[in-house]
Parts: sequence; C-alpha cells; structure tokens
Amino acid sequence: MNFLSTLFIGIISAALVNNVVLSRFLGLCPFLGVSKKTSTALGMGTAVIAVITLSSAITYVIDHLILRDRLVYLRTIIFILIIAALVQTVEIILKKKIPSLYKALGVYLPLITTNCAVLGVAIDSAQKNYSFAETMIYSVGTAVGFLIAIVLMSGIRERIENNDIPESFKGMPIVLVTAGLMAIAFFGFKGTIA
Amino acid sequence: MKQNSPLERLYNGVIKENPTFVLMLGMCPTLAVTTSAINGLGMGLSTCAVLMMSNLLISLLRKFIPDRVRMPAYIVVVASFVTVVDLLMQAYFRSLYSALGLYIPLIVVNCIILGRAESYASKNPPLASFFDGLGMGLGFTAALTIIGLVREFLGAGELFGLKVMPEAFEPISIMIMAPGAFFVLAVLTALQNKFKAPSATNKGDKFCSGNCAGCMDKTCNIPERRDEK
Repeated sequence: MNFLSTLFIGIISAALVNNVVLSRFLGLCPFLGVSKKTSTALGMGTAVIAVITLSSAITYVIDHLILRDRLVYLRTIIFILIIAALVQTVEIILKKKIPSLYKALGVYLPLITTNCAVLGVAIDSAQKNYSFAETMIYSVGTAVGFLIAIVLMSGIRERIENNDIPESFKGMPIVLVTAGLMAIAFFGFKGTIA
Repeated sequence: MKQNSPLERLYNGVIKENPTFVLMLGMCPTLAVTTSAINGLGMGLSTCAVLMMSNLLISLLRKFIPDRVRMPAYIVVVASFVTVVDLLMQAYFRSLYSALGLYIPLIVVNCIILGRAESYASKNPPLASFFDGLGMGLGFTAALTIIGLVREFLGAGELFGLKVMPEAFEPISIMIMAPGAFFVLAVLTALQNKFKAPSATNKGDKFCSGNCAGCMDKTCNIPERRDEK
C-alpha cells in the first residue's frame, strides 16, 4: 500500500471510526464544558490540534531516546510533565510573538493540560510501538476527530438551547443524550474501513 | 458533625459533594470503564488509592512547596502514585489491568485528584486530607459501581458477572457500548434533577457545569467570560 492511502486511511480511522470523544471517551471534559458556542468550540478544537501534534512528536522523540529501553516505568510521569511544560511554553511564546493567535487560543491553553486526550494519545502510541510517521498520523487524526466532535456538539447545543426540554433534562442530561445520539451516528463509520 | 473530622470528610465525599453525581468531575473514566460493575469498582478503587496517598503527601508537603510551582509539584506527586498503582495492578490483577488498559495511566489527568489537591489538601492538615481523599475516592467508586451495575444489567443481563435475568431477556447491547454510557449517565443526572438532589447541573455557576477546568477555580468559566466582551 502506498504512503498516501496509508495516510488517508490512518486519518479517517483515527478521526471518524474511532472518534476520540465519542467512542474512546478521551477529552470528555472540554467536550462537555466548552461546547456552548461554536466559536469557543472551534478555538478549543484548534488549540487541541496544535498541542496534540506537538506533544506527541516530542514525547515520541524522548520516549525513543531515553525511556524505551530502561525507564519504561517513568513514562507516565515524564509524559505528563512534558505536556504541562509544553503547554506553558507554547503559551509564553504565543503571547510574545503572535499576540493575535494568543488572543484567539490563549484562554484554552491552560485547560488543555487536563485534557486526557493529549496524554492518552502519547501513551497509547508509545505502548503500541508506532513508528514516527504512524504516531503523527494517529495524533493528527485523533485531534481532527476531537475538533469535528466538539464543533458538531456546539452546533447542536446552540440549536437545542431554545427548545422545549423537559424540566429535569435541562442542562447536562440533554447534552449527554445528544452525545449518546452522536455516538450512535459515529457507529455508522465502523464499516467503512475493513 | 464537626468540620474536617474524619467522619464529616467521608460523608462529604460520598454524599454531599459526590465527585461524579454532584461535582460532575472525572467524566472520562466514569463513562469509559463502566461497561461492567467489576471494571467500575476496580477503576474506582485504584483512583481512591491514588487520591488518598496524594492528598496525604501533598498535605504533608504543603508548607514546603512554593506557591508558584505548586501545580507541577502536585502533578509529579500524583503521577508517581499512579505509576505505583499501575505497576501493582500489572503484577497482581492482570485481567482487570488489561480491561482498564489505557485508563490506568490516565488517572493522572483525572481532575478529581488535582482538584482535591488544590482545593483541600494544600490548605488542611494531613489526617483530614487523607480522609477527604478516602471520602472522595469512595464516592467516586460508589458512582462508578452504580453506573457499571446499571449498564451491565441492561446490556448483558448480569450483575458482577453473574447471570440474573432469565434466558428470555434480550440484552440491550447498546448499553455496554459507547452510546449507552452517555444515556445511562444522562438518565441518572436527570433523576437527580427531578428529585432536586444537589448537582452541578442545578446549582448554577458554583461547579462550572461539568468543566474539568472547574477544579482550578481561576481558570473556571474563562471562555464564557471572554465571549461576553
């Protein structure tokens, strides 16, 4: 199989078939918490793409240079520290160099350290012994999947805001029901890749 | 009950401020591993162990950790205990370990733990912090087990792996798949709203409605505030 089709199938599989939020339950907190408006959801999704891509590249290198052979048990500690440090660094650099981008993404950055999708992707690809190219495809695909899910969710939430919802389902319950229905819809992608 | 006494802390964690049903924190493991009651119980107990130990250690170190680097310091403490739990489970509970898989190392980013470290253990003496962690952990365990029981019962007709429904019962298998997790939690929170039990959904701003970042009071609600300008 040539490189392009591997790339395509890898991204589709990570973004749609095994959607990070709706079938693997990673990154649920921002998915439920920051999806009230499409604009904020878009900002959060973009910031997550940037952080996941960068962090899995760095964790891959560190894992292969230092941890792989002798220090596998330090993976969790080192990875979460790398991610926390990376998020801080990105925030500082953006603030100094690209203030416009910082204005758009800045507020989401501190929230990303506690997004388990970031750590989840890094640990998962290390445990599965992915090559560098595979790691990158997997992490970009996952992040795109997160963006798709959170933007769709915020669109639906803007719509149901003014609807007549039963009193006890107002707030979180109706959001969870929506997420469940979205998860069923995403089941439809299961058959697309053999 | 006396404030900060062990018993008060336990009651607070399990009932009054139950992390899952009242605070709506730590949603990822709550939904991901509750395909059966056993998995929910295992996840709850491992989180409980980490929470107790990290609360105790952070409380002991609270006068030594400089304020500006407290977050990284907490993360290191929590990650160390998660590694300990991870290795212990790998050695003694193989089947549970493979069932929970990726979600064991992800206990690090469970916001209940960092949330308690920041909002309780960093300000209170070790014994109270320890029992706060125990209470919160037991509350989390109870919630996960309940969700697991409901999903296992509807989705497989079993409770703790034992067949309880007659052969004629057709399991609603979607309940143990991903969408079922959302539906069960939705119905449980709706019931809570119905009976006016306190929860993040009907208490207004206090708990930042399901946002993990709510653990760290300062980052709470920032996105919304920015939008209003």
